[in-house]
Amino acid sequence: MGTKAFWLATTAAVLIVFAASRLVTNDYVFFAGYVVLQYVVLATAWNILGGYAGYINFGTSGFVGIGAYSTVVLHKLVGPPIPVLILVGGIVSGAIGLGMGYLTLRLRGVYFGIATLAMAIVVQTLVTNWDFVGGSRGVYIIRPAHVPFIGGYIQYLFLVMLVLAAVAVAAARTIERSVFGFGLAAIRDDEQAAEVSGVPTLRLKLIAISVSCGLMGMAGAPLPYYVTYLDPASAFNLGYTANTIAMPLIGGTASWVGPVIGAIGLATIQQVSTVTISSALNLLIVGVLLLICVVVAPNGIVGLVRGKRRRAGRGG
Amino acid sequence: MADDLLSVDKLGKRFGGFVALDGIDLTVRAGERLGLIGPNGSGKSTLVNCLSGTLRNDSGTVRFDGNLLNGLAAHRRTRLGLARSFQLPKPFRSLTVVENLRVPLYYSVNARPGAPHLAEAAVGERCRELLRLVGLEAKADRQPQDLTQIEMRKLELARALAAEPKLLIADEAMAGLSNSEVDNILALLMRLGDRGIAVILIEHIMRAVISFSQRLVVLVAGRKIADGDPHAVVRDPEVVRAYLGE
Ligand SMILES: Nc1ncnc2c1ncn2[C@@H]1O[C@H](COP(=O)(O)OP(=O)(O)OP(=O)(O)O)[C@@H](O)[C@H]1O
Ligand SMILES: [Mg+2]
Repeated sequence: MGTKAFWLATTAAVLIVFAASRLVTNDYVFFAGYVVLQYVVLATAWNILGGYAGYINFGTSGFVGIGAYSTVVLHKLVGPPIPVLILVGGIVSGAIGLGMGYLTLRLRGVYFGIATLAMAIVVQTLVTNWDFVGGSRGVYIIRPAHVPFIGGYIQYLFLVMLVLAAVAVAAARTIERSVFGFGLAAIRDDEQAAEVSGVPTLRLKLIAISVSCGLMGMAGAPLPYYVTYLDPASAFNLGYTANTIAMPLIGGTASWVGPVIGAIGLATIQQVSTVTISSALNLLIVGVLLLICVVVAPNGIVGLVRGKRRRAGRGG
Repeated sequence: MADDLLSVDKLGKRFGGFVALDGIDLTVRAGERLGLIGPNGSGKSTLVNCLSGTLRNDSGTVRFDGNLLNGLAAHRRTRLGLARSFQLPKPFRSLTVVENLRVPLYYSVNARPGAPHLAEAAVGERCRELLRLVGLEAKADRQPQDLTQIEMRKLELARALAAEPKLLIADEAMAGLSNSEVDNILALLMRLGDRGIAVILIEHIMRAVISFSQRLVVLVAGRKIADGDPHAVVRDPEVVRAYLGE
C-alpha cells in the first residue's frame, strides 16, 4: 500500500467507524469497541519494540497502569480534558520506559523480559501503597454524563480511542518504512552486525522503547474514565501483558498490519465470549489461539497469507 | 609514526583467567595490505573484535586515523572508517541482500559528519555497484537464507565495504572457497588496495596470504611472534616451528 493510499484508507476507516457508531444506540457496543481499539493501540505499540527491534516487553500492564494513574493524579489536582490526560500519560510512561530501557536494554533476551515484568510489579506495589491515589482501596472517578456534539461519555471515549488507534498505526507504519525502521530490523537480526554497520544500537532501542511505552501509557490514560472505579489490581492487570504479546504474534510481527489484525480478531472474540459465555474464558482463548498459531502459522496470519501468495506466484 | 593509519600499542585481552591477547603491538599504513596468520585459537578473531569495538580490550591503546579508539562504541569506529567482516557471516536475515547493504550506507556513510549525504537514488546506485563488485547482482532481491555459503561470504564483504572503510579487516573471508573463488576474492581485495583502502587479511590458505600481503604478522597463543616481509617471515624458524611445521 502506498503512503497516500494508507492515509486515505486510515482516514476512511476512522470516518466509517465513526459514522456507523452514530447509528448504534446500544451503549454496550461502545464499551466493547473501546476495549478492541485500546488493544489495537497496545498491540501496535508493543510491536514497535517487540516486532521491529526484537525485544520482548513483559511490562505492558505496568505502562497501562502508569498511564491510568497519571490520569488519576491529574484528575484530582486539576481535571484537564481527556486529550491533555492522554498526552501527559504518554509522556510519563514514555519517560519511565526510557529510564527502564537505559537500565535494561543492554540485557538480551530473557533478562530484558524479566526486568520489564519486575518493573510492572514494582510500580504496582508503589501505587498500591500510595494513599493519594486511593491505595489498594481504589478510586472513584466522576465523569460528565454528556459531551457536547458527541453524546454520551462512552461514545466520546470510543471516539478518542478510535483516533488514538489511527495515530498509533500510522506511527508504526512510518517507523517501519523509515531509516530508523531499517536500523531496528538490523538490531533484531543481529545486534553485533548492526553495530559494525554503523547502527547506534543503544540509541535506537531507547527511542523505540520510549515511543512504544509512551503509546501504551496513552492507551491507559482514559481508563479511569472508562471504568469510573479504578484499583491497582485492574489497572495493572497482567491480562494486558498476555493479550498484548499474543495479538502481534497471532497477527504477525513483521509489519503494522499484523498487530491490527491480531488485536481486532482476538479482542473481538474475547468481548463476544465475555457476553455469551464468561470472561473467565478470555485467557484460555488467548492460550489456545497462541498454541494453534505457533504450530500452524509461526509468522502469524500475515506471514501465512504472504507465504501462500509467494508459493502461488512461484507455481504460476 | 605519523603516517600510520592504525597503531595498536600493548593491547591485552583476557577471558576470565585465560589470556587471549598479550601485549600486541601492530601498525598498518594507509593502503597497506597486511596478512595476519596464526594457529586456531591464537587470538586472531579476538584481535579483530578488540579493534572493531565488538569486544573491549583490557589494556593497551588503539589509535586509528588520528583518533584514540579506547572505549569508543563499535558503530563510531565504523563511521571513522574501520570496517570488518565476521568469520561466521552474520547477515541481516529478514532483509534482502540489497537491503543488507543499505544499512551501512544509511548508518555509516550518511552518518559521517561533514560528508555529503547520499540521496535515495545514490544509495540505490551504490548498492548496485557493490553487488557488481562481489558478483551478487543476480541475488539482489533474495533473502540471505537463499544464498550459498560462498555468496554469504561475499555479502559479508560487500556489507563491510559499503561502509566506505579506510581499513578493512577480513576475518577468513575465503575459508571453504574453491581455488578460482579464492583468486576472485583476492583480486577484489587487491583492487581495494589500489583505491587506497588498507586491508588486514586473516587467512589460513598460505598461497593466498603470501601472494596478497606486503607484510605478514604471525600470532601464536595471543602473542605476536613475527612481523615483516612475508617471504622472510615464513622462513623464520620460530614461525615454522609454531605454525607452519605443525
Ligand atoms: N568470548 C569468549 N569467551 C571466552 N573465550 C573466548 C571468547 N572468544 C574467544 N575465546 C578464546 O580465545 C582464544 C582465541 O580465540 P580466537 O577466536 O580469537 O582465535 P582465532 O585465532 O580467531 O582462531 P580461528 O583460526 O579458529 O578462527 C580461543 O582459545 C577461544 O576459545
Ligand atoms: Mg578466528
